[in-house]
Amino acid sequence: MTEQAVETRQIMDADQVRRAMTRIAHEVLERTGGAKDIVLVGLHSRGVPIARRLATLISEFEDADPPVGSLDIGLYRDDLSTGGRPIMRPTHIPVAIEGRLVVLVDDVLFTGRSIRAAMDALNDFGRPRRIQLAVLIDRGHRELPIRADYVGKNVPTSMEEEVKVRVQELDGVDEVLIQRR
Amino acid sequence: MTLQGTSSQAAASRVAGVQTINPNARPQAGRRHVLDLDDFTPQEVDDVLQNAVAMREVQQRAIRKVPTLRGKSIFTLFYEASTRTRASFEQAGKILSADVINVSSSGSSVEKGETLYDTALTLQAMNADMIVIRHPHSGAPHFLARHLDASVINAGDGAHAHPTQALLDMFTIQQHLGKIKGVKVVIVGDILYSRVARSNLWGLTKMGADVTLCAPPTLLPPDFLNGAKRQKGHPFAGVKIENNVEKALEGADVVMALRLQLERMKAGHLPTLREYSRIWGINPRRMKLAKPNALVMHPGPINEGVEIDPEVAHGAASVIEEQVTNGVAVRMAILYTLVTPAHGGK
Repeated sequence: MTEQAVETRQIMDADQVRRAMTRIAHEVLERTGGAKDIVLVGLHSRGVPIARRLATLISEFEDADPPVGSLDIGLYRDDLSTGGRPIMRPTHIPVAIEGRLVVLVDDVLFTGRSIRAAMDALNDFGRPRRIQLAVLIDRGHRELPIRADYVGKNVPTSMEEEVKVRVQELDGVDEVLIQRR
Repeated sequence: MTLQGTSSQAAASRVAGVQTINPNARPQAGRRHVLDLDDFTPQEVDDVLQNAVAMREVQQRAIRKVPTLRGKSIFTLFYEASTRTRASFEQAGKILSADVINVSSSGSSVEKGETLYDTALTLQAMNADMIVIRHPHSGAPHFLARHLDASVINAGDGAHAHPTQALLDMFTIQQHLGKIKGVKVVIVGDILYSRVARSNLWGLTKMGADVTLCAPPTLLPPDFLNGAKRQKGHPFAGVKIENNVEKALEGADVVMALRLQLERMKAGHLPTLREYSRIWGINPRRMKLAKPNALVMHPGPINEGVEIDPEVAHGAASVIEEQVTNGVAVRMAILYTLVTPAHGGK
């Protein structure tokens, strides 16, 4: 059996990732009027460092220090029988989210099922006033009526392609790759 | 009884009339059952322990309920009395939103003479997704696993295995000491009849713990020294045996006392319980020989004053109650593992 050739292309380098995150941080501040009441919640794995970086940027731009939480959606997935390695990371929501504005943060928005699961998970911790969504990449192919409020880059893709976000904290480099099989 | 027979593969093949041992477990392509820890890879054990950390967080929430096993049916089939193991599985299943149905030997068709096989077929006909079984006979869970579509979890079979207890013991050690590799664990008591000790031996040796067994010679498996322990490369080859409890406890990180059953005295393994307590009992004076932060563990139920002094069982070093709490988290992790695809599932 021959191995399938994988064609990899970089679509964002470290500078582009940094600029995209900076823009998202400004947009969050603009739209929330100063980010006074927000909680950033990153989805494991890469959503968590991205959320932390957004929080740092927000605190640099404004007199605000938004708390950052982490969420593992493994227990809320609707596709346990179809894929994914069953390793869970602890969920940590540092403050009561009741009545607050929660910004969910993920690296790639694809079918929307992870975000649906994340909203279900979040509801078990309280009833936020509003939930918004920030993603570094929106690659399309939604299967649920979900859209992001903040997008670093829209990347139209085919189903044969895979988008990989790599972040300094976990991968040693900031970049976004697209792979075609 | 042989320690070679602790292998679940061995137990299964013994039924088929073939004696084998499984000193070096290989990764399973897809895990459907949890029968013992002999066929777990260290990676699999580590995965369960990692997931148990996340499950502990769920246990601590105001609303302890997640939808993971919604629509799944778990039957607990207990042919022996049990409080903590059964309630622990029930709690774990319910937190994960499974439907948990408890069946006991008393008050069920088992009392009317129904065979294990027929009872299992009945549960299968009710679309059981998982069957958690405790049985006085070693190998009963393996028998079910070979005949049913449902996942089978061994909640203790005879003197053979109690894998989820061993996993929760390892999880408790890891939570307190930050690691299992290199930790000195001393298991004191009735090793011969203890399914907890057997599963712990598989688990702890796989994860690199330094294990010492300490028991009266009559309560050590007679073939242990000449059997598995002497086979080059066997996971039990490095296990130490120490007849003097005080020597065994020197420098211990974990002291695991095992329940001593009165039947052992009647069977002639011990002169008196009082003598056992005096020579082998874990008391405050002996605990001073262990490391200052050593943990005291016991699978329960405890015979206070026999295998362990009440002052030790309820003292600052004791993590016995925490073992029970961790048991729910570990069993949640096991149930989750069995329905997720990387390890198989139905």
